Amino acid sequence: MTTSVRREPTFVGMPPFPEAAHAELANDVQRANLRAATHTIRAKRDAVVAEVPDWELLRRAGEAIKDDVLAGLPGYLERLEVAVRAAGGVVHWARDAAEANTIVVAIARAKGVDEVVKVKSMATEEIELNNALARAGIHAWETDLAQLIVQLGEDLPSHILVPAIHRNRAEIREIFVREMGRFGRPAPERLSDEPGALAAAARRHLREKFLRAKVAVSGGNFAIADTGTVCVVESEGNGRMCLTLPETLITVLGVEKLLPTWSDLEVFLQLLPRSATGERMNPYTSMWTGVTPGDGPQEFHLILLDNGRSDVLADPVGRQALRCIRCSACLNVCPVYERTGGHAYGSVYPGPIGAILTPQLRGIAAHRVDAQTASLPFASSLCGACFDACPVRIDIPEVLVHLRAQLVDGERGPRDRAEEVGMKAVRWAFEKPWRIGFAQHVAGVGGRFARHGVIGRVPLPKRFTGPVSAWFADRDAPAPPAESFRSWYKRTDGGQEE
Amino acid sequence: MRLALFITCFNDTLFPETGKSVVRVLRRLGHEVEFPYDQVCCGQMHFNSGYREDAVPLVRSFVDAFEGYDAVVVPSGSCTAMVREYHAVVARQAGGTLPAGVARVAPKVYEFSEFLVDVLGVTDVGAYFPHSVAYHPTCHSLRLLRVGDRPTRLLRAVRGLTLVDLPRADECCGFGGTFAVKNVDTSVAMGGDKVSAALESGAQVLCAGDNSCLTHIGGLISRQHAGIRVLHLADILACTEALPDLQPYGPGLDIASGFAAEQTPAPEVTR
Repeated sequence: MTTSVRREPTFVGMPPFPEAAHAELANDVQRANLRAATHTIRAKRDAVVAEVPDWELLRRAGEAIKDDVLAGLPGYLERLEVAVRAAGGVVHWARDAAEANTIVVAIARAKGVDEVVKVKSMATEEIELNNALARAGIHAWETDLAQLIVQLGEDLPSHILVPAIHRNRAEIREIFVREMGRFGRPAPERLSDEPGALAAAARRHLREKFLRAKVAVSGGNFAIADTGTVCVVESEGNGRMCLTLPETLITVLGVEKLLPTWSDLEVFLQLLPRSATGERMNPYTSMWTGVTPGDGPQEFHLILLDNGRSDVLADPVGRQALRCIRCSACLNVCPVYERTGGHAYGSVYPGPIGAILTPQLRGIAAHRVDAQTASLPFASSLCGACFDACPVRIDIPEVLVHLRAQLVDGERGPRDRAEEVGMKAVRWAFEKPWRIGFAQHVAGVGGRFARHGVIGRVPLPKRFTGPVSAWFADRDAPAPPAESFRSWYKRTDGGQEE
Repeated sequence: MRLALFITCFNDTLFPETGKSVVRVLRRLGHEVEFPYDQVCCGQMHFNSGYREDAVPLVRSFVDAFEGYDAVVVPSGSCTAMVREYHAVVARQAGGTLPAGVARVAPKVYEFSEFLVDVLGVTDVGAYFPHSVAYHPTCHSLRLLRVGDRPTRLLRAVRGLTLVDLPRADECCGFGGTFAVKNVDTSVAMGGDKVSAALESGAQVLCAGDNSCLTHIGGLISRQHAGIRVLHLADILACTEALPDLQPYGPGLDIASGFAAEQTPAPEVTR
């Protein structure tokens, strides 16, 4: 067994969002790729959502079903466990990433394998399973096309659904040509950057891995508590290969992925593909219930992962984030995400949902968080496009503001003394109307020094980094007028005496 | 109808012209609006920045200032949304008599275009503004208040005005309150694209229902010398043939002369 398995990069040590965004905004290739990709997928989603007359009712149904699951989670999980066991599966419980990884590694070792094939899965990204396997000398081969691009490129995912959304075809061709040969079948000679050619190269590269693998690892989109059925929704067929060919299948499932009954899938199989890829139905929907003798994997392990979810569930406002079905609609409509890309969020969950989910999974409700985590709830202009697009009606702006209050009022984040002083000063000025009048008068006197009523570049020393220099770095502002509205109203009796 | 104006702290301090425009338009339509001097701020900046406890006295002072009025008109979608959507959240946390006070006052608070179209039932306010205008639906007007086409119906009824489409209109301009300074680079990147869209539209004036967003967009326009004026909806609706154009006060343009125009008699009642 080899121990020279390549480790994958992680988000550990990323700077806070504003700093990361500053660098990402200058990446012209990524800006162009994301502009094109997000606008295309937005248009597709809008078209297929508009053709569903009861879309709002479907969203409400999705919200209600998920809320019911979250309200009765312990009972539903036990029902699932009983059903999976009855169907011949093995159920494991993992409190955190380390426990889940230990279970996967132990199963793979027991099978004596030095490689596993993987269906794209956010849960295994979250627990950094690939590196845990690498430490044990086991290769984890990603088989989703975009995930393969990220893995081969020693890159980080930047999107929940399309992890390589920041790459264009020329970059993908270069990665394939450079890297494929190191890990299996090389890219063909004179590979072009036509999408068909790139897909064919990936297919040939992956096929030998599909046919050879004895163990597969997947996540799951849904699990039915009543029947023990697990469901994976995908577009490429790589998932179907992993879920049917190997002898052993390990599924890592976040505990919030449950649905009570089979018929609840009716709602989610409409909501998910339309929100995610802008398709009426995704090409491959795989469902399995335990083990079927003589058909598919003969050993099935289901690992139920908490990893902070119970803490999220304890927060009455924040818990709605657990309704998320990982469709990425909020990323695709987000004006911040479109410009910064996913890496700036420093987490496997980027975009608006990442900004509310990551800090909660990292324990913001319970203890102080680091500066990077604390920057995430502020990585939004609160424009609300994400809430409108969310198929399970997660009010992301509401949770963002709730988390900001936890950071500031709840003192879970690093303190910003200057901001605190500013906010207190404004509060003081607003306590008595005469104070605001006085402040306006002072501002108005100052405004007379502005040329043509405009404050332009403000010559501040370079080390001065406050909101004032931030505003005036790229923007002018109108000078405060000599007379505020309240002064004018008083002087003229609301314009009667003019 | 006993009618009050909530000017908002931002307009009060930086954009008094917009308040005057609201008074002028309503007077033209036969309504006098009172200005309760005890008003200060809706508390949005504190609330949205995590200083939720500091928002409590502001919510309380809002209730005290506007209790007893039949309607409160606000020339800001964002501040209206704060009052209608989030004052109850602040009040619930504060407890006492505040939740009941918010429940009485908040439903009577209307954004300017809502008030004209829904409460007064007018779309033609007798305005004249012979310029091409693009309308930017600010996020809180669009997605929290759902003002929909009320502002554009008002603009379409303005004589002389040519309303042009703003490309990608529903995209945020990147202001976002403290977002504009906390995430300055991203904010400017978003605002730059909004300026490009305004230029693409071919409009001379970019109009919105929030001076806060317009300060950001206008600040970028001014720095780039892009030559488009930003104007609040009320400032356009205040213009008449007798008083055809407010002296612009926006970024890049002269404030001082605005008061000269204001001093002229206002014969616009003879519509």
